[in-house]
Amino acid sequence: MIQATINSLPVEVAPGATILDAARQVSVHIPTLCKHPDLEATAACGICIVRVAGSTKMLRACCTPVEADMEITTEDPEIIQVRRTVVEMILSRHPNECLTCGRNQNCELQTIAADFGLREICLDSIVPDLPIDNSTRAITLDPRKCISCGRCIQVCQQIQDVWALSFLQRGIDTRIAAAGDISLADSPCVRCGQCSAHCPTGAIVEYDETQEVWDKLLDPDAFCVAQLAPAVRVAIGEAFGFPVGTNLTGKTYAALRRMGFKAVFDTNFGADLTVMEEAHEFVGRFTNAKSVLPLITTCCPSWVDFMEKFHDDMIPHFSSCKSPQAMVGALAKTYYAEKMGLDPAKVYVVSVMPCTAKKFEIIRSKEMHSSGFWDVDVSLTTRELARMIKQSGINFRVLAEEQPDHLLGAYTGAGTIFGATGGVMEAALRTSYYLMTGENPARLEFLKTRGLDGVKEGKFDIAGKEIRFAVAHGLGNVETVLTKVREARDAGTEPPYHFIEVMACPGGCVGGGGQPYGVTDNLRAKRAAGLYQDDQAGLWRCAHENPYIQKLYEDFLGEPLGEKSEQLLHTSYHPRPTYRR
Amino acid sequence: MSPTGTEDDVAAIAKRWKNKRGSLIMALHGLQDRYGYVPREAAMSLGEQMDVPLARIYEVLTFYNYFRLKSPGKHVVSVCMGTACYLKGAPQLLSRASEELGIKPGETTADGEFHLQVVRCVGCCGLAPVVTVNAKLLAKVTGESLEAHLLTPTTAEDGKA
Ligand code: SF4
Ligand code: SF4
Ligand code: SF4
Ligand code: FES
Ligand code: FES
Repeated sequence: MIQATINSLPVEVAPGATILDAARQVSVHIPTLCKHPDLEATAACGICIVRVAGSTKMLRACCTPVEADMEITTEDPEIIQVRRTVVEMILSRHPNECLTCGRNQNCELQTIAADFGLREICLDSIVPDLPIDNSTRAITLDPRKCISCGRCIQVCQQIQDVWALSFLQRGIDTRIAAAGDISLADSPCVRCGQCSAHCPTGAIVEYDETQEVWDKLLDPDAFCVAQLAPAVRVAIGEAFGFPVGTNLTGKTYAALRRMGFKAVFDTNFGADLTVMEEAHEFVGRFTNAKSVLPLITTCCPSWVDFMEKFHDDMIPHFSSCKSPQAMVGALAKTYYAEKMGLDPAKVYVVSVMPCTAKKFEIIRSKEMHSSGFWDVDVSLTTRELARMIKQSGINFRVLAEEQPDHLLGAYTGAGTIFGATGGVMEAALRTSYYLMTGENPARLEFLKTRGLDGVKEGKFDIAGKEIRFAVAHGLGNVETVLTKVREARDAGTEPPYHFIEVMACPGGCVGGGGQPYGVTDNLRAKRAAGLYQDDQAGLWRCAHENPYIQKLYEDFLGEPLGEKSEQLLHTSYHPRPTYRR
Repeated sequence: MSPTGTEDDVAAIAKRWKNKRGSLIMALHGLQDRYGYVPREAAMSLGEQMDVPLARIYEVLTFYNYFRLKSPGKHVVSVCMGTACYLKGAPQLLSRASEELGIKPGETTADGEFHLQVVRCVGCCGLAPVVTVNAKLLAKVTGESLEAHLLTPTTAEDGKA
């Protein structure tokens, strides 16, 4: 341990801890802007400067390790003056558009400016004239609002291994841009939105589609229905002051009805259905010696996009199952419309997702038009829904809980844990066990699939056969898993795994790119815990036990992987080699 | 293939600098020497061959003022001054081109039509002396054939002549 003092307070930290870490430990506040608790320090802004006795230079607290016997001072008039100048410099290059910005009241730059209480900027304002990039229709990049902190680049290059973003030029001309200075849609971007979830300002935000939804809600001809993804329920509360991880399923249903939705479904139902189809697919492949294994999950559109762009040799391993959102959309305009006697042309499906890539998924291929219409009309992020609830004036905190419309709304614990990394694997293993043995596993929790390790591996015994699985999250972690699969394939040996789950976002969808800001591993774990509690508390915990799923197969689909299921619930994949990293 | 160069040229540059520390910048210099600027397609192809993401390449390209991302002229006339071409009369070709276009090597005509430059061996010594006009390679060039080309420049995508 290393001993030092901060503002004369003694502090003891482990080797490698930064001055910022040490300060937090003794409740000393050092202002920061570029540093994100979830990321390595980029040391770009210079706001966190402090003084160390014996050194004439001011040091950046976020990236300077504590050394033995350091005497650190975090505030004196000169330090404060320098910090103010840094803030002024940043503000002089930033458009004054807070009132209409997507980050108003939720912006780290705004907070810093408020903390410093600046009343005027003594520098000339030079706001670069750069165009907005909306080309992905998933995220909006407004490079004028960029403060060059470098977070999005670290996320996109190191964590996601996509390399769609970089800084161009240098010094005062530095600007954020898609790789190679093209449009983001032409870049390798997989629309995961992790850049938007980490950006301190409004420079990268979700592509806002709330107005389209309001317009439809006003349209007397439209029958608007909503669906709610697993990870949304345990995160939306953060926008309304609930403790992280609070499960607000019932209140969110109620809010959606207040906003004018005529029916409220749950994507968890779709997740149960995905499990049914995918477990049948898996057991089919597992028990047929000639099939391609491992099977790889495809619920995450960023992962699918990534694979089609960079790993298209894996296409034969991909599950043909659509994602839960796509399944609910297809059924809303067929099964539900039929049951309720509605004209499917008038049914307008809005999904609420933790995810910006889901905005792209709904138009990614012709199979997303399986009902004869676009199966899902608009996909909103958690952040957009929170905004709409606030616009409505609904007092979310005191709303009485409601039930979903059960036909496409009842769900089991298997569906709800889809929102956390490893959840799809766990849910699919529960039902695969049932399919292979006729009974549920004695213990339903597969702890090896849980938690935040980047790659999780495990073995599971079903009827005397060993099933090896791997779970990866954060696209940068996929490579190691795929390399093992390729090595075995090329050597003609037994595959290292039978089943692989991949989610693009660290932590899975609970850490999705469309979720409330400020995500850290601590938050991811709490949100996931909310889902595992929901699973634990439920009446049914295996997808095949869901009576409404059973009814759906009886009344409408026939059987898993049957003709109707294939037509509505499955998709195909295509290499897209033109996108290069 | 790219409208501005042949894969072979990029491959040679990539091969020369791959797996050497700090070599990306040298390879990019190589591209600019070859084409008079760094065409996007060449940068992409180089990135793929050297295993460097395009994002990184553009960080470097835009960081230094030296690199040009746009073609300096519609037709980039590169006179090879490698040993073989030199011995077979490249200097005379260069002065002829210079005279004809009214610009010195490294300059661009006022109308933006032509940019004249000198390059090192482009790897076709058997065809010396060699001049390239964008992607088109002119072999065994004489003063007359060069002049004819400058009067009616074709820069079709056919790569090698
Ligand atoms: S959405 Fe994801 S892939 Fe696209 S730029 Fe942002 S971090 Fe990179
Ligand atoms: S876009 Fe946002 S995250 Fe990226 S460098 Fe700019 S301010 Fe930082
Ligand atoms: S992990 Fe979930 S939130 Fe992230 S891109 Fe994939 S589906 Fe979207
Ligand atoms: S927070 Fe330390 S340099 Fe920005
Ligand atoms: S010297 Fe001109 S091509 Fe080799």
